[in-house]
Amino acid sequence: MTLLCRMLNLRVTYHRQASAALDLSALDITAGERLAVIGESGSGKTTLARALAGLLPETARCEGEIRWTSEMPPQPGRDLGFVFQDPSSSLNPVLTVGEQVAEGARQHLNLSWSQAFRHARDLVASVGIPDPDSALNAYPHQFSGGQRQRLAIAAALSARPSILVADEITSALDMVVQAQLVALLDELVRQAAMTLIFVTHDIALASGLADRLVILKDGRLVECGATAQVLERPQSDYTRALIASHRTLSSRSLLPGSAA
Amino acid sequence: MTLLTVSSLAKRYVSGTRPVTALDDVSLTLDRGETLGLAGVSGSGKSTLARILLRLMPADGGMVRFEDDDWLSLSGTELRRRRARIQMVFQDVLSAFNPRATVGSVLDDPLRIHSRLKERDRRTEIAALLDRVGLQAALVTRSIHDVSGGQRQRVAIARAIATRPSLIVLDEAVSALDVSVRETILRLLVELQQERGIAYLFISHDLAVLRAVSHRIAVMDAGRIVECGPAGDVIERPRSDAARSLVAAVPRLVIRG
Amino acid sequence: MRLVRLIFGTTEGAVGAVLLSLLVFIALFAPVLSPGDPLDIAGPPLLHPFSMARLPLGTDSLGRDVLAGIIHGTRTSLTVGLAAAFAAIAVGVCVGLAAGFSGGLVDEALMRVVDAFQILPGFLLALALVSVAGASLPVVVLAIALGAWAAPARLMRAQVLSIRERDYVAAARVTGMHPLEIAVKEILPNALPPVLTLAAVIVAAAILTESALSFLGLGDPNIVTWGTMIAEGRNVLRSAPFLSVLPGLALVVTVITVYLVGEGVTQALAEGKAGQVDRQGPTA
Repeated sequence: MTLLCRMLNLRVTYHRQASAALDLSALDITAGERLAVIGESGSGKTTLARALAGLLPETARCEGEIRWTSEMPPQPGRDLGFVFQDPSSSLNPVLTVGEQVAEGARQHLNLSWSQAFRHARDLVASVGIPDPDSALNAYPHQFSGGQRQRLAIAAALSARPSILVADEITSALDMVVQAQLVALLDELVRQAAMTLIFVTHDIALASGLADRLVILKDGRLVECGATAQVLERPQSDYTRALIASHRTLSSRSLLPGSAA
Repeated sequence: MTLLTVSSLAKRYVSGTRPVTALDDVSLTLDRGETLGLAGVSGSGKSTLARILLRLMPADGGMVRFEDDDWLSLSGTELRRRRARIQMVFQDVLSAFNPRATVGSVLDDPLRIHSRLKERDRRTEIAALLDRVGLQAALVTRSIHDVSGGQRQRVAIARAIATRPSLIVLDEAVSALDVSVRETILRLLVELQQERGIAYLFISHDLAVLRAVSHRIAVMDAGRIVECGPAGDVIERPRSDAARSLVAAVPRLVIRG
Repeated sequence: MRLVRLIFGTTEGAVGAVLLSLLVFIALFAPVLSPGDPLDIAGPPLLHPFSMARLPLGTDSLGRDVLAGIIHGTRTSLTVGLAAAFAAIAVGVCVGLAAGFSGGLVDEALMRVVDAFQILPGFLLALALVSVAGASLPVVVLAIALGAWAAPARLMRAQVLSIRERDYVAAARVTGMHPLEIAVKEILPNALPPVLTLAAVIVAAAILTESALSFLGLGDPNIVTWGTMIAEGRNVLRSAPFLSVLPGLALVVTVITVYLVGEGVTQALAEGKAGQVDRQGPTA
């Protein structure tokens, strides 16, 4: 179990904000693990994801450090792929899908355009898009939200990075598509033995995918541990509350006079 | 008592060159004080149905009877007047509120348009509405963007009940909220229903949420209603493929070995 | 107002606002700063600048005070610039709002009218109107406005088309708001900001157009304008270049000031929007 990176006293404050968006004392990430970062809005989970990927705005103030075992922080695209939350803006609307998925391979793997396009075709097929050949020539708006997120994942994986960061990629989609995307991620990450950092507000969704859970609240780390442990024996009250407030189909109805 | 009857509602449009059927022969009924959950994936037609019911979009066929009116044939001043009886709570995205609005102005609009209250009385009514939905009166002057998501949705609910409607359509009203906030909003909605006898058409892709608040659930797939029945029945014994995949898609807390 | 504070927050905005205030001050208090009619003969002709304390910028070929001319000319330029921009934007906003909100045939008809005015080169239109209707200040203002209203109209319409689809407009309809009230209360205030940034460009263009018209002898002959001063200086350009250069400099400073304020407004609006996003955080 090699260490991938270690975050020490990481504090991020956005421009013109009084309090820190993220205030982590320490967090380690192991290579090859699936880590879910869970929290509600304002918890700092997106800030953490962006800090790892080097995507924080220039005006943000950063204190503390992220120590990467490889000495250098991962290069976006080549070492680290990032998938964003909003399917309608995660892909460039004026470029074809093929160009966008091939871009990473072309830039970082030094493939020629035709090689890169062949690679893109395989990727598009592997993320479950029907008729990949014509998909390459289509534009993002011709696909549904769920399909666009799949394509965004394909584009992120184009240069075969070893780390994949998925920032709330399912939050804007319906439940059925969410389940499909999680299954897809599970498959892809296993095949390529990547490190996965999966940011979400849905603890149940994360539990099906992650080895380890990190729970954030108001920028601070509240709990961290193996999934089974956190769910069965939560240490903090907040985690307990999060687990309790998750509604399942067997939760009791709120209507008066209902049995269950 | 039947409040709303939708008969054979149809809506078609053209996307690019292909004709798309958004709604195909949709029929349903809703009684006073009842909650009908409307489930389905994106593109199943739920939002289209909501928008047609709220007269935001014309239908291509079918009829809607609401409170004994031929609802789709009303127009102009008469329609605007009757709109007080049917309101909507949108998904809480930033675009659901005028960026320049304050909490007070959001609640003042429906009161100004539909009630005969003078300004001072409206202010009292606004304070009462805020209190009913669990918000402090001091929020009246706050810009709508300066409050949290949960608070915004409470304001949206206050706006919806301000005109004392008999039906409220909720389109993914809790989907964008934090899980802990969801519960409180759902409880508030159920309380308001008990108090005021409001019927809800609750649209969501999350069956667990619908289970919590619906008496009956209708499942939509590709513009048609494929299943409809008591909430417990539809969830425990789904008969249609669409219902089955919705049930299967609800995430469960899984302990992986 | 928050917007004013933001404008002063940017360097361009702050500098522009200070300069603009100075120019407005000069324009408002022209009769106090330089009493008497600037077209009166004040001293010997073709006096060079800084040669006499009483006439710091010298005199023109008829002996009129150059400094007085520049001070009073500020009035003309700013009045014409602001009035023309105001008229152009007012008309443009109304037409754009009507077109975007109504849709259908009304939209098509109005847009064809906008097309027609946009195709005509603004300066030639102004020239034609002034030649026909005579050269007086109101006519000059009207002429410039006619050439400038098409751009704000088009921009306003684009804004309206986009805002019309937002949920809060739907919410207003659901509440039973009258369409006119929706247009004015919900759509207009949110559509206006980008159109206002056009104002700076239009003011600057208006000032230059007015100067060009006066330079060609088509301005109002009864008042002092920088354009006429530059034109008259043309005859003695070799021996007394300052007669054209000084009003020319005044023109440059004014136009740059207007651009700086416009840039400040644009940046302030962008900052304002960014500030809103930052406050939410990127969804945590």
